Amino acid sequence: MSAMNRVAAQPLGSRCRAWLGTTALLMLTALPLQAQDLLIRNATVHTATARGSLTNTDVLVQGGVIRAVGTGLSAPAGVPVVEAGGKPLTPALFGGITDIGIDEVSGESTTVDSALKLPDQPLRPEFDVSLAYNPASVLIPVARLDGIGFTALGANSGGGFIAGQGGVVRLDGSADPIGPLALYVRLGAPGAELTGSSRAAQWMLLEQMVSEARGRVPADSPHALLTPAGRATLARYLAGQGRIVVQVDRAADIRQLLRWAAREKVRIAIAGGAEAWRLAPQLAQARVPVFVDALGNLPTSFDQLGATLDNAARLHAAGVAVSFAQRDDASHNARKMRQLAGNAVANGLPWADGLAGLTRVPAQVLGVGDRIGTLEPGKLADLVLWDGDPLDVGHYAEQVWLGGRAMPMRSRQTELRDRYLAPPTTEPRAYSR
Amino acid sequence: MRTRLTAGLGLALFSLAAPSAPAASRFVQDPYPSTYAPIASAPVLIHNATVLTGTGTRLDNADVLLRDGRIAAVGPALPVPADAVRVDGQGKWVTPGIIDVHSHLGVYPSPGVSAHSDGNEMTAPVTANVWAEHSVWPQDPGFAAALAGGVTAMQVLPGSANLVGGRGVTLKNVPATTYQAMKFPGAPWGLKMACGENPKRVYGGGKGVAPGTRMGNVAGYRAAFIDASEYIAKNTPKKPKKKRWFSGGDKGDSAGDAGGKRDLKLDTLAGAIQGDIRVHIHCYRADEMATMLDLSHEFGFRIAAFHHAVEAYKLSDRLAAEGVCGALWADWWGFKMEAFDGIQDNIALVDRPANSCAIVHSDSPEGIQRLNQEAAKAIANARRAGIEIAPERAMMWLTLNAARSLGVEKQTGSLEPGKMGDVVIWNGSPFSSYALAEKVYIDGHAVYDRQDTRRQPLSDFMLGQEARP
Repeated sequence: MSAMNRVAAQPLGSRCRAWLGTTALLMLTALPLQAQDLLIRNATVHTATARGSLTNTDVLVQGGVIRAVGTGLSAPAGVPVVEAGGKPLTPALFGGITDIGIDEVSGESTTVDSALKLPDQPLRPEFDVSLAYNPASVLIPVARLDGIGFTALGANSGGGFIAGQGGVVRLDGSADPIGPLALYVRLGAPGAELTGSSRAAQWMLLEQMVSEARGRVPADSPHALLTPAGRATLARYLAGQGRIVVQVDRAADIRQLLRWAAREKVRIAIAGGAEAWRLAPQLAQARVPVFVDALGNLPTSFDQLGATLDNAARLHAAGVAVSFAQRDDASHNARKMRQLAGNAVANGLPWADGLAGLTRVPAQVLGVGDRIGTLEPGKLADLVLWDGDPLDVGHYAEQVWLGGRAMPMRSRQTELRDRYLAPPTTEPRAYSR
Repeated sequence: MRTRLTAGLGLALFSLAAPSAPAASRFVQDPYPSTYAPIASAPVLIHNATVLTGTGTRLDNADVLLRDGRIAAVGPALPVPADAVRVDGQGKWVTPGIIDVHSHLGVYPSPGVSAHSDGNEMTAPVTANVWAEHSVWPQDPGFAAALAGGVTAMQVLPGSANLVGGRGVTLKNVPATTYQAMKFPGAPWGLKMACGENPKRVYGGGKGVAPGTRMGNVAGYRAAFIDASEYIAKNTPKKPKKKRWFSGGDKGDSAGDAGGKRDLKLDTLAGAIQGDIRVHIHCYRADEMATMLDLSHEFGFRIAAFHHAVEAYKLSDRLAAEGVCGALWADWWGFKMEAFDGIQDNIALVDRPANSCAIVHSDSPEGIQRLNQEAAKAIANARRAGIEIAPERAMMWLTLNAARSLGVEKQTGSLEPGKMGDVVIWNGSPFSSYALAEKVYIDGHAVYDRQDTRRQPLSDFMLGQEARP
């Protein structure tokens, strides 16, 4: 991994009431660290709550928390003011289910910690990728620069269809996940590869693991699949503590999954869900949210013959909570999430639900909705000011605040950009930074 | 009712606009010729739209007339021919058809089953003898999806496992039963080459044979081009020797250009050296691009474009000076070491020098459906860096620059009279998440209509699938 120091979060100085242009931000980095207080004035505030979108609205942040959202708010003494000029202000966005901080260069195995590869013990639900999380990853400023404030660390399958667990991290450089872990499971053809070449075997093995976790199989059984820690972990999910996120696409597999989840009374979510629209009413009734791959419209596999760009819109119309998830290289390209939402909107999802799918819905589904995901008093001040419609790739994030602190709008990529943007001199570019 | 033009008429049309084909060198004779024939259509007048011509010009409140499969006129208040279909362009944007210079549609089709995994001949590091067109499955549903994204032509390339992967083919994005019926008439072939990690990983890392390093890569290219140079020398017609009474009869072949047995691999490399086949090189790092430029000088071939080229911004002046295009993603990066220095401003920085040639490419069945959105990202990121790029300039990245790199810029890639009627009508500015291609024309024929499912092609594979939406 290339050396790139995590840039310490810098606050706005109280003297800075000026518009947050690039120059102003560069200047800010020299200012002393201050409390996480801030008044953002005259924004178009997209709350991602029932209040919807509010024009000419102010947001007051104190101690890193949103204190007030309204008009005519005044800044307490010493609190810096940002004039938003009517631009959109949103909660910081969800980066998807990613390997940010656990996969630096996907092709280099020494930098990748997202999958457990123990061929003899493939079923280890207790595996928790959060323990490998590196908050100094260069992927974090890259994602944050484009408005991403939090992500779910997803365990990848390295040999077992029960991939393991991961937590939710805020991309402010903090070291640990917030909120509960989720358990990641892969079903359908990708899971069949890992379960004796039949998707029927997934259910057979899952049934057995449930029996073990519920204590119906003696711990010393020679046929046990799970370790004691694995039993304890699975038992927690079977008791309704934590969400099981299932990557699955084919409608028939989703139908089996809904039956299983109802029988075992577990809380699930679906990721991918190419054919989820075909079971939209059942998913709505069972209150199962779906992380939709909103750019997936090709029959990439025989599990995805029903893939359509209408998936998100159809699910939403039936009452399913919709968020988004990318299938390929979700980590380095976490910033692509808003393109998924924008394209879902272009294909029939209401705009507010496109934004909710990037904010409120994933935060709630992943058990951190009490702190992040909406722009309302009491929530952490994880905010993004945009130069235009945040769901439109033709616009960019002008400023990101996490916990009320203005994040430097820099990444290793902008440093490379600036090095090569400058006209050449007689000195090699290695001397410029 | 659609009627196919007679073959004779089709040929006549092409001879009007296509440059008269020089007698093909024996290295680029085509025993698998195009059978593409445009479908005859009534003239179409698109009225009162925002027109990006693809040449860097924007015309507001302008009309576009398609007639006999060609762009007949572009400008304000064109007279409506009596027999024309009039399309209201109010609020719409009209652009040339988008061209993707880097696609694996058909050779890595959907669904991604092993039986159709035909994109990489990973059996030797130099497979200049293989032709991607012989792997194309025309029923790939990805073609229709790309069409709905406004893509009217594409180059289908072999993959990047090999130093020299083989010939690429340029296709018109029309539904067809054979690839020959999609083959772009008169388009030169591409030659796919690859730098860096992939060949050395597949061969040295995977099979324990050369190349196993980047220096092994370069030795491999050089050996291949040395063979090709010798082959050209052997195959160059020699001056007939003066007949002497004591000479025997002719030996060797009758044309006097005996080069021994024909070699498909060397045919392709020789065609590249002679400029009849366009060289397209998968190459990420700036230093490796510089090495490949030196290689091209060593053997006297021209590089049409570096593909992926995530570090092209580090030598954008040199690329422009050498007339080499950069076929680029908006922001893909980091999945392997040679992609680690990718930035969101690569396209803008490659576009910046005089005589530059920036192209937005996909290398992806998803990306090809929204190349316009990739360009939108590049524009937005450039704006963030203080560089303003007008939509009419960015449109060149998707159309004319792509056509230039493929050698079809005289036939398509811009809305200029006489060119093929390859046109997209968008619901608004194409540079947005919300942009949707509403109508797509190829050679003046409406091949896609968002409002009319009967005007949306459906591959044989998707027919009768119960799960289909």
